[in-house]
Amino acid sequence: MDSPAQAAQPSAAASGSKLAIRTQALNLWYDTFQALFDVDLDVKQGIITSLIGPSGCGKSTFLRSVNRINERLGYVRTTGRVDVLGHDIYAPSVELVQVRKHVGMVFQRPNPLPLSVRENILFGLRVHADGEQRLDRERQGQIVQEALEQVLLWDTVKDQLGEPALRLSLEQQQKLCIARLLPLKPSVLLMDEPCSALDPQATSAVEELIWELRGRYTILIVTHNMAQARRASDECIFMLMGKVIEHGATDEVFVTPEQQETANYIEGRYG
Amino acid sequence: MFETTALNRRNERVQHAFRLLFGLMTVVLIVPVVLILGVLIWKGGPALSIDFLFTDPRNGMTEGGILPALIGTVWLVTVALLASVPVGVAAALYLSEYASDNWLTRIINLAIINLAGVPSIVHALFGLGAFVLFFGFGTSILSASLTLAVMTLPVVIVSTRESLQAVPLAFREACWNMGATRWQTIRRVVLPNSVSGILTGVILEVSRTAGETAPIMFTGAAFFLPFLPQSVFDQTMAMSLHLFVVSTQVPDVPEHLPYGVALTLIGMVLVMNAASIAFRTYLRQRRKW
Repeated sequence: MDSPAQAAQPSAAASGSKLAIRTQALNLWYDTFQALFDVDLDVKQGIITSLIGPSGCGKSTFLRSVNRINERLGYVRTTGRVDVLGHDIYAPSVELVQVRKHVGMVFQRPNPLPLSVRENILFGLRVHADGEQRLDRERQGQIVQEALEQVLLWDTVKDQLGEPALRLSLEQQQKLCIARLLPLKPSVLLMDEPCSALDPQATSAVEELIWELRGRYTILIVTHNMAQARRASDECIFMLMGKVIEHGATDEVFVTPEQQETANYIEGRYG
Repeated sequence: MFETTALNRRNERVQHAFRLLFGLMTVVLIVPVVLILGVLIWKGGPALSIDFLFTDPRNGMTEGGILPALIGTVWLVTVALLASVPVGVAAALYLSEYASDNWLTRIINLAIINLAGVPSIVHALFGLGAFVLFFGFGTSILSASLTLAVMTLPVVIVSTRESLQAVPLAFREACWNMGATRWQTIRRVVLPNSVSGILTGVILEVSRTAGETAPIMFTGAAFFLPFLPQSVFDQTMAMSLHLFVVSTQVPDVPEHLPYGVALTLIGMVLVMNAASIAFRTYLRQRRKW
């Protein structure tokens, strides 16, 4: 695995300045509590961007507003604009199902469905192909293999495709949760502390995988673990009390932060 | 420093006393069940025979079998389930998967709980008024079964809703995040993982429905009908009412006859419960979490 710090420069240049996610004046309220204040962010395409900040700073909320999963709560109100690949996802004509298809999400605790490994991978396709033409078995097998190969899981689980996904180890489950998003060909992968339920070895395996996926997908990852943000992201966003304090290349944010709050947080004075 | 003190000994005695008390209560609970079954088998056992199950009552119901009552109960239970299960499961799905938590939902939940507490004789009068008279179904299997269905509906809803809510939220979130609609989530993940619980609730309701007497007395069950029902618009005999009749309404019934009827009724219920447990075990083994 390359050192992220070294690899960061060329790829950022290669992907140009195309934006995967752009938010403008994004405000979000849970009932009367305001969780996000005028968030303006540009997340570049094809790189890994990490979101750091103390608990309750709004980083998960921000993540969840990028695929509109927040709305399930019912009492959430959002103003402002969120563009994914140049399209406003809060526009009235937008179909939520399509948003979720293009913007996949990985959760803190691995949450494979109570189905076989194979069916977990095919679930997204089945849901989106309901009523349309069905895939033949050969094509299905191909899709399952491709997805599992991409998450470096094929070799270990290729003989357990028919087994319940919940019998896999946590590390394998989390990789499977990433793999099952891939057949839908998403552009953005949102990850909400994807390693926090894993042991150190599994953590580094999943980090390695995330690094492997870099370039093919835009990855936005929330983490509590600053070392992880530092070693496994190209750009870093620091949030505090619902506001974006700093956003820049990971190295710069960690070595020469512009804001005092960022420096304090990174040095471990709070959070 | 580690010796037993007087306080330790007293605590120990109190703890033993409570243990004994709780144990006794458990025994008290089991004794009636064992006694009932024992007496029924002892007194009703000799009455049982293939003939008893498969022939009509004769001689003013003092002789012969119970076939019309047996078949009648099967009719009543089947039609009641056909009415209550689809409605109950659909209502539970709505309440658990679609309804948001607002005052209307809370009122509906309260109504369901209250409906469960309505005495069965009140259901009987409601069934008489609504199904027999207002809808004009007459005293018939249909009226009686619908009355039973209304009575069992709250329990079907509550038990189904509990089984649905036992499916972890994480599964639903995972589905929604892949763009599944609520219905796709229900069909592919929630229902397959709660069907064993739903069926358990339903089958337990079967046994309760089979034993109810009051709701069918005014609405469709007959005192004596020496032929089998041909459609849901016929009246029918039923095991529970037949038991009441041969125990109290007919003179000169041999002692073993009512016990035989009771034993058959309990046997039906036990068989259905056993089937439900076996089925649930089978489904649980297939479950993947």
